[in-house]
Amino acid sequence: MTGNTTPDHKSLSRRTVLKASAGITALGAIGAPAISYAQAETIKIGHITPRTGFLGPLGEYAAQAVQLAAEEINAAGGVLGRRIELILDDSPNPQQASAKAERLVQRDKIIALLGEISSASALAIAQVVQREKVLFINTGANSDALRGSDCQKFMFHIEAQNSMYVKAVGRSLIRDGLVSGKRWYSLTADYAFGHDLLNVAKRYMAANGGNHAGDDLIPTDLADFSPFLLKIRQARPDVVCLNLAGTQITNFLKQYAEFGLTFPVAGFGFDTALAWGAGRGNFGGIWPVVWHHLIDTPGSKSFVSGFQRKYNRMPENQAWGDYCSLKIVAQAIAETRATDPVKIVEHFEKGAKFDLLKTREGYFRAKDHQMMMEMYAITALPAAQIRNQYDIFTSSPPVPAANESLEVIAATDDENKCTFRA
Amino acid sequence: MPDLIPLLSQILNGLLAGSYYLMIALGLSMIFSLGGIVNLAHGAFYAIGAYLAVTLADRIGFGGALVVSPLIVAVIGMIVERYLLRRFYTADPILGLLLTFGLAMVAEQGLRMAYGAAPIPFSIPPELRGQVFIGDFVYSRYRLIILGITALSVLGLWLLLTRTAFGKVVRAGVQNPDMVGALGISLKPYMTAVVMIGVGLAALAGVLIAPIAGVHPAMGQEIITFAFVVVVIGGLGSFWGVVAAAAIVGMTRGVAAHFYPAATEASVYLLMVLVLLMRPRGLFGERIQKFE
Repeated sequence: MTGNTTPDHKSLSRRTVLKASAGITALGAIGAPAISYAQAETIKIGHITPRTGFLGPLGEYAAQAVQLAAEEINAAGGVLGRRIELILDDSPNPQQASAKAERLVQRDKIIALLGEISSASALAIAQVVQREKVLFINTGANSDALRGSDCQKFMFHIEAQNSMYVKAVGRSLIRDGLVSGKRWYSLTADYAFGHDLLNVAKRYMAANGGNHAGDDLIPTDLADFSPFLLKIRQARPDVVCLNLAGTQITNFLKQYAEFGLTFPVAGFGFDTALAWGAGRGNFGGIWPVVWHHLIDTPGSKSFVSGFQRKYNRMPENQAWGDYCSLKIVAQAIAETRATDPVKIVEHFEKGAKFDLLKTREGYFRAKDHQMMMEMYAITALPAAQIRNQYDIFTSSPPVPAANESLEVIAATDDENKCTFRA
Repeated sequence: MPDLIPLLSQILNGLLAGSYYLMIALGLSMIFSLGGIVNLAHGAFYAIGAYLAVTLADRIGFGGALVVSPLIVAVIGMIVERYLLRRFYTADPILGLLLTFGLAMVAEQGLRMAYGAAPIPFSIPPELRGQVFIGDFVYSRYRLIILGITALSVLGLWLLLTRTAFGKVVRAGVQNPDMVGALGISLKPYMTAVVMIGVGLAALAGVLIAPIAGVHPAMGQEIITFAFVVVVIGGLGSFWGVVAAAAIVGMTRGVAAHFYPAATEASVYLLMVLVLLMRPRGLFGERIQKFE
C-alpha cells in the first residue's frame, strides 16, 4: 500500500469517481429508451458483427453497408408498406455473440439476424437462431463446417464457404503453374476458420498434385511475423499460401515486402480493405474474393457510388455481403408477403433467385444453404502500374465461367455433407 | 550442425524484436515507479503516435514525423498528467487502473471515429528499405534502424536518470517520496516530465512500427500487454531489468516460433508465470518501500 496516502485525498477521489459513475449510469438510463423506439408497423432486423479486435475493420464496412441498404429500401417505400428497422450490435467473441443474438430475438423481437465474420461466433449464433426459429444470414464467416457438420435449418450463407474460396483462387494458381509438383508453405490462423480452411486447402492442393512443405499455426494476437518470415525463407517453397484473416493479413503483407522475400504469395481467404491498408508497394499475390469494386455491372456501380456518397470511401467485399443480405431478406418478404422466418426459409429453399450485383443471379443451395454465385481471383498490380489507392489489382473473369454450373466451385457431398436436424 | 542455424536465427531475430516492446515498457515502468499508476492507456499513446506519423509524413516527411509526433504526444501526455493522472497518485491503485483503462478505450474509439476502423496505408520510406544478410540470416535494414534508435533512446534515458540532477530527484522520488518532500522538493513537475518522456517514447515506438505493422485503432492493444509483461518480468524500478526482460521475451518468442508456432504468444505469459513464481518482484526488481 502507498506509504504517503492521506485519508482526505483518498476519500475525495473515491467520492468523485462514485459521483461520476452515478452520472454515467443516469445518462445511460435516459439514453436507453431513445434507442429502441419500437413501432408496431416496422419490420425488425438485427445486425451483429465484430467492431473491435482483428476483425473490427471489416465489421465497420459490414455495419455501414447494411445501414445503406436499409436506407435505400425505406426510401423506396419499405417492404409491404412497412419500414425496415435495423438494430445493430457488436460481437467481440462467441460468448457475447450468442448472448446478444438471444437478446435481439427475445427483447427486440427481430425476425431475421444478419452479419458476423468470425466462424467461431457464427457457430454460437447458429444455435440461438435454430432454437428461437429466427432467420440468420451469415455474411462473413467462411468455415465449411458451418455448411456441413454444424449446418442449421435457419442459417443461410451469403459469404462463400472456404471450399469456394480455395477452388476460385486455385484455378488461377493452376494457370500460373503454382500447384502441380510444387511445394506450398502455409500460415494458418489458429481458430475455427483457419483450421477449417487449412483442411480444405490441403485437400485441394493434394488432389491437384501439390506438395505441402509445412504449416505454422499463427495465434490471432500475433502482430510481428518476422519469426515466420525466417522459417519461410529457410523452407524455400514455390508458393506461400495464407489462411489468415483480418488485420493479420495487413501485417503479413507489410513485413513480407520489408524482408524482401520473393516467393509467390497466394491467399485462400481475403478482404480487400486489408490490402488497401498495407500501403503502396506492399500488396502482392493472388487472392480470392466474393466481390470487388471493379466489377462492371450496373448493380455494382450503383452500390459503389451510393456507398461512396454516404461514407466517402470505397466499399469492399465485406460491405457487399451485408448490403446484399438485407436486400435479399426484403425481396423474400415482398415475394412471400410474409415476415414469418419459416416461410422465408421455405422460399429460399425453393431456389429463389437474387441479384448479387454480379453478371449472374445467385440462389441458396437447398441442401446446405450456401449461396451459389460467381467469385473472382484478383492479382496484385506491380507498384508502377498503380494509379490510385483502390485500384491495386486486376481481376479474373467470374469463376465459374458463364458456361459452367455455379455449383462447380462449391463443396461436394463427399467433401462437406450437411444434414439438417428437425 | 545445420539444424541449429534456424533456431539460432530465431533467437537472434527475437533478441532484436525485443526492442519493439522496450520503448513502451520503459515508459510504463517509469510512470509506475514514480507515480504508482499502471498506465493502461500507454498503448493508446503508441497508437496516436503512429496515426500522427501517417498524417504528418505527407507534409514534413518521415524524419520530421519521427521528431514532431512524439513531441505532440508528450504535450498530450502533459495535459493528461496535469488534469487526470495527478489526482490518483495517492489514491487506491484500482482507481488509476479504471481511469487509464477508460482513457485507452476513449482513445481507441476516438481514432476509430476520426480515421475509420480499417487499417490506413503507410510504408517504409524508399530510402530505408532493403535487407541485410549475415550468412543465411536475413534481416530488414529498417529494423536495424529501429534497433539503433531504441539503443540511443535507452542510453539517453539512462544518462538522464543517472547523470543529471533531474535523474537524482526522480530516483529518490521512486524510493522515498516523503523524504524528497521533506527536503523541500516538489515531485509534481518531475512527475509531469516523467509522464511526458514515457508517453513520448511510446509515440516514438508508434512512429517506428507504423511502416511495418497495420495502422489501425486497436494497434495499441496489440502491444500494451507484451510491454506490460516485459515490465513485470524485468522487475519494477529496475531500468536494466526491463531492458534484459525485453531481450528475454523476444528470444522466448523466437524459440517458441521455432518449436511450437501456435504458442508463440502464449510462451511469453508462461515465462512470466515462471519468473513470478521464483522471483515475485521480477528478475531484477528492487524493493521499493512505498509498494511493500
